[in-house]
Amino acid sequence: MAITPDWAAMAPVIVLAVFALLLFVVDSIDPKGSNNQLLAGVATLGTVTAAILSVIYLFAGVGQTDGAITLYGGQLVVDGMALLFTIIFTTVASLVCVASVDYLADRPNQAEYYMLVLLATLGMSLMATAGSLATVFVALELASLPSYGLVAFLKTDRGSVEAGLKYFLIGALASAIFAYGISLVYGVTGVLDLAGVAAAVGDTSLAGLLGVGILMITIGFAFKTASAPAHFWAPEAYEGAPAPVSAFVSSASKAAGFVVLYRVFVVAFPISAVASTIDWVLLFQVLAVVTMTLGNFAAATQETVKRMLAYSSIGHAGYILIGLAALTGVGDQAVVFGAGMMHMLVYGIMNTGAFLFVAMGEYWGLGRRFEDYNGLATKTPVAAVAMTVFMFSLAGLPIGGGFLSKLFLIVGTVGAGVWWLGAILAVNSALSLFYYTRVVKAMWLEAPNGNLEGIDEQGYPAGIYAAVVTAGVLTVLLLPAFAILNGPAFDAAAALV
Amino acid sequence: MLVELLVALSLVGALVVFFLPDSLAPKATLAISALPFGLSLYMYAIFDGTGNALMPGSGTIAFETMVEWIQLGPYTIHWHVGLDGVSMPLVLLTTILVPLAILASWTPIDTRESQFYGMILVMQAAVLGVFSTLDFFVWFIFWEGVLIPMYFLIGIWGGPRRKYAAIKFFVYTNIASLVMFIGFFGLVFGLGDSISSLGLPAITAALRAGELGALGPIGPETLVLLSFAAMFVGFGVKVPIVPFHTWLPDAHVEAPTPISVLLAGVLLKMGTYALLRYNFTMLPGVARELAVGIAAVAVVSVIYGAMLALAQTDLKRIVAYSSVSSMGYVILGLVAYTTYGFGGATFQMVAHGLISGLMFASVGVIYNVTHTRMIEDMSGLADRMPVTVGAFLAGAFGYAGLPLMAGFAAEFFIFVGSFQSEVIPNDGMAVMTVIAMFGIVIVAGYLLWAMQRALFGPFEFDGEEAISLAARHDVVPLVTLIVLIVALGTFPNDIFFDMIQNAINPVIEMGEVVQSYRGGA
Repeated sequence: MAITPDWAAMAPVIVLAVFALLLFVVDSIDPKGSNNQLLAGVATLGTVTAAILSVIYLFAGVGQTDGAITLYGGQLVVDGMALLFTIIFTTVASLVCVASVDYLADRPNQAEYYMLVLLATLGMSLMATAGSLATVFVALELASLPSYGLVAFLKTDRGSVEAGLKYFLIGALASAIFAYGISLVYGVTGVLDLAGVAAAVGDTSLAGLLGVGILMITIGFAFKTASAPAHFWAPEAYEGAPAPVSAFVSSASKAAGFVVLYRVFVVAFPISAVASTIDWVLLFQVLAVVTMTLGNFAAATQETVKRMLAYSSIGHAGYILIGLAALTGVGDQAVVFGAGMMHMLVYGIMNTGAFLFVAMGEYWGLGRRFEDYNGLATKTPVAAVAMTVFMFSLAGLPIGGGFLSKLFLIVGTVGAGVWWLGAILAVNSALSLFYYTRVVKAMWLEAPNGNLEGIDEQGYPAGIYAAVVTAGVLTVLLLPAFAILNGPAFDAAAALV
Repeated sequence: MLVELLVALSLVGALVVFFLPDSLAPKATLAISALPFGLSLYMYAIFDGTGNALMPGSGTIAFETMVEWIQLGPYTIHWHVGLDGVSMPLVLLTTILVPLAILASWTPIDTRESQFYGMILVMQAAVLGVFSTLDFFVWFIFWEGVLIPMYFLIGIWGGPRRKYAAIKFFVYTNIASLVMFIGFFGLVFGLGDSISSLGLPAITAALRAGELGALGPIGPETLVLLSFAAMFVGFGVKVPIVPFHTWLPDAHVEAPTPISVLLAGVLLKMGTYALLRYNFTMLPGVARELAVGIAAVAVVSVIYGAMLALAQTDLKRIVAYSSVSSMGYVILGLVAYTTYGFGGATFQMVAHGLISGLMFASVGVIYNVTHTRMIEDMSGLADRMPVTVGAFLAGAFGYAGLPLMAGFAAEFFIFVGSFQSEVIPNDGMAVMTVIAMFGIVIVAGYLLWAMQRALFGPFEFDGEEAISLAARHDVVPLVTLIVLIVALGTFPNDIFFDMIQNAINPVIEMGEVVQSYRGGA
């Protein structure tokens, strides 16, 4: 469906920008104040409005039924995939904003925190709609810079600052490599917009240069999505960052990386045109297998919950890479591509919930290890149920959407003739149950060992509780509601591949 | 809509119970569990299924609903439920055993009660789903859904080694699920374009029509063997068959007794039910081809399980191992592919559910009073607890196949059926049957020996507790179960067996066994 005026298709992005600026206004009126609820309320209102708009657009068929809507000479593209991913970013951001009310209570610079969250979300939404390599890079930086600040937000906390520094340094390096890759591709093709690149890559005489450029771009994306070979920053950053920020970075930021990765490779470097230069399907097959296996095995050996979740997030990046790795040109490609998108959606919500549960643990001053969660279910049964749902759903038990999206990926790989990828996914997924169950075991089966005193002192944080429970309900609902969402998702996929 | 109502009643009941205070939970849950029980009795009364649920041409399916749900790539997933003569008795068994297990929990469970009873109802919903869904996807959700409450029920409320037992149970059954899942999807992908849904009837029809093609480098003949083996192992862990039985005694011993009742009475039946539906209904050709091996596994389970039981000194372990033995008969009956063998196997599922439930419940009552289950700690309990000991005795006779009890009817059907069977040339099945019959002798032996040591003789007890009559609400489940066992043994045909035969005869009368496949290897 077309929409008049054209730019109204960008409404979710515009809303995010307006609300980010509104936060500046609020802060400038009362710079010393720490009216946490007001700030969080404004931020949440912004993200929720953007989320609702994206949902309406997605189901109304904006940018889908009559082809994608292109704006500003193809710099921005609104289509089903962009809207679907905007839903992921805004949902995650809403949950994070709600949870941050309690987490940030009595800390300075709260307005800045919410601004950064909104600006990062804005950058991610722009990434989803980016139609040229230039917009991709600008949007990527708009999403990344606030993220660095957020990770280092607790500036008196050594862990947070260290994490922020590591994240920033590696991120800056990755951006540089990425930008250089873009310039090489530009050198070969002479254009920046994705469709133009696609038209030019087929008959280039500079195949070697193009290959190096694509490889460098891949490394930039590997950093952003925390997948091999640029995954090593993730455990440090996610563990050191404040837990709501870990939730945000490991879900929304990863999704943003994936949406651009998907779009750039499918639109700008169609495998049919560049297969002789660089066979990126094979490349992503290797990366997917390495990433998921490495993430899972590393997660199994961790002693702290947050680090386990960080490595599990690497493992899931490997699953989502299958969306590209199975684009072999055999069978119905939209199935596996759409399955990758759906897994990102489901993963984003359940992973956010899991990190927010950890945020609750940090709020109470529980330790970081598995043992520190012992007996938690006796004190907080409802949140523990939600956490159990996240863990089992991440592992792929059919209790939430996680099972279904993995099943879609497996069916997709078989349809694409790379059934062994699906088999590796299934085995990895089964292994992952081992470490996810450790959290469940600690919460429900173990007796408290004096670790839960903080709960009585601090009381129950309403905001985090609400966010965790909402994420839990969404995770479960995604199983039956898959039927509603998979239509737009697979149409969006079919429009691209 | 009645099946949905049945599942929904359990689920909504569970939600209500989770939020009740602990003091109200036991009685409220009993009242709530009466609703699905009443409903399933009503469904039994108006049951009109005449065919097999997986073979649509064979007759009607009762309470069928089919709604399109999700489009999974090339496959449509339906919400498809319905009952036939195989599943109706099992649904009834579930709804009967759950209230009795709840009643049996009143004495032993005294912490986090609302969570405990809520979990039981969640599990009931999932088990009912397993027995009534006819679409693989939905079925698998329920199948896995049973594991999660069970994990908590053993892990939180179990005995001293509960964590070990819960995790062992969880790991074993999850790996089994994965193996089965891969095996089944091997078939689905091998069927290629010939199916467009994950409905079990559609897949059964395609498989029986020989539509299976190659999957990658694996030819259909190999694929069908591999898939059969994967599903047999995957479901066999649940049954359990020797050598995959080692999780069972741990889980049983550590689980609270009412949970053992459900574990033995209902959960093990999921394994044999799935074997019946998948391996034996979908792939009769392979089952016949491998009949010698399968029958051997069955006989080994019967004899080895019984021998293991003979070696135990813990009453609960004895009963647990005797389940391994009894489930061996079910496999033997299934592989026979005769109306009495196949039907008897289904009948045995129900009979064993009631009898093992009775045995575990009476062991539980003895434990409630004595706080021990070790045979050497007690002697002559009959003196002080006549009703409980009587119930144990009745259960033992049921296991040993006393006429007019359900166990007799079931085992008699199975033996007749497998004796007639011609799946193994040169009267091989008759030989297998004769060997399996010795299982009964061993069962009678170990149960009588255990009872002689623990229950009869002069009264002696090495413990602090005063031995007195069991509480009345503890005895009610025992008496109810005895009545049901005798009723089922006296009127097997009227109650269930006719219904079962209607459903399984289409599987037996299969005509040509599929030996050639589309495309060839």
